[in-house]
Amino acid sequence: MRFRPVASVALLIAFVAHVPSAKAESIPSADRKSGFDQMGPDTQAMQRDDARNPAMLAVREGEALWSEVPASGKPSCAGCHREAPVTMKGVAARYPVFDAASVRPIDITGRIQQCRTERQGAAAWPRESGPLLALTAYVGLQSRGATVEPSADTRLASFRDQGKQFFSQRIGQLNLSCAMCHDDNWGKKLGGSFIPQGHVNGYPLFRLEWQGVGSLQRRIRNCLTGVRAEPFAYGDPVLVNLELYLKERGAGLQIETPAVRP
Amino acid sequence: MAKALLKVPKTAKKGEVITLSAMFSHQMETGHRRDADGQAVPRDIISLFTCNYDGAEVFRADLFPAISAYPLMSFTTVATVSGPIIFTWTDEKGKTWTEMAEIAVEG
Repeated sequence: MRFRPVASVALLIAFVAHVPSAKAESIPSADRKSGFDQMGPDTQAMQRDDARNPAMLAVREGEALWSEVPASGKPSCAGCHREAPVTMKGVAARYPVFDAASVRPIDITGRIQQCRTERQGAAAWPRESGPLLALTAYVGLQSRGATVEPSADTRLASFRDQGKQFFSQRIGQLNLSCAMCHDDNWGKKLGGSFIPQGHVNGYPLFRLEWQGVGSLQRRIRNCLTGVRAEPFAYGDPVLVNLELYLKERGAGLQIETPAVRP
Repeated sequence: MAKALLKVPKTAKKGEVITLSAMFSHQMETGHRRDADGQAVPRDIISLFTCNYDGAEVFRADLFPAISAYPLMSFTTVATVSGPIIFTWTDEKGKTWTEMAEIAVEG
């Protein structure tokens, strides 16, 4: 048992050693592919048919929450934002955006929490809890089919650069960066699985491995644990900065929320 | 929380073979897993699924621990009369959940 970790590190070193020189640029727009294109036909069929996509159960719940009046008696989401299919259209294609109050980028989940605590006078939901994922998925669904078009706000530039810097920084005991897999080796295999380009166009999504719906932050924390780094807490600014960069890196793809992934 | 995703055609011709599908929101906990503290997670599965239509049981399935979370059932039946199609899930403790969809049959 003692030698197991050593063996897998050796394997990974062998894997990394085969990498040609790291590409200077991230994936050019002509080569950008959604994770959907690398999935097997069965998993693709699950995503195509809403009656077979378990994440649609979360979306249904989110739809109910949209017009549910909070215990404080203040307006529901629908009380201000009216019809989500109209007012929330394109939101997931654009977020994260700059939040003037916190002087930082904010993701959709963060915005829902902010609305809930400040304007609805309700208690914040824990990150990754059912209702929060459900509402995020329902808001995300309204942008399905829209083209990812990151916010052009210049105040975001420095945060996006921090995200980009994090993406190519070696981390963890395995000393790997995000870019070493998702920029340099996408399309190849690691173990039995395809390495995807690592785009963020389908979250929150149903992941077969999780047997449940999860957020982008859960996915990134998974990756961090995978390279044996200490994962950031949910809602950490580093994760939002990274999402900001990943949105730009995947500009031009279509939003697939709620997607299905292996 | 929405408990089920049903796919039932809204209309059908009399005598037509129709495909029905029903997905249920359930973790189908096998009883073989352990939680973060090493404690065994007790088995909790749906063990029976039935579908009733036009006064008859048109489909029945026994479910076992190897069936994934969010079990999906897809099957066919013959459209006979307009009315409700009733889907029922029962867990091992005898708790049941029922969902219904209406179909209109012409001719």
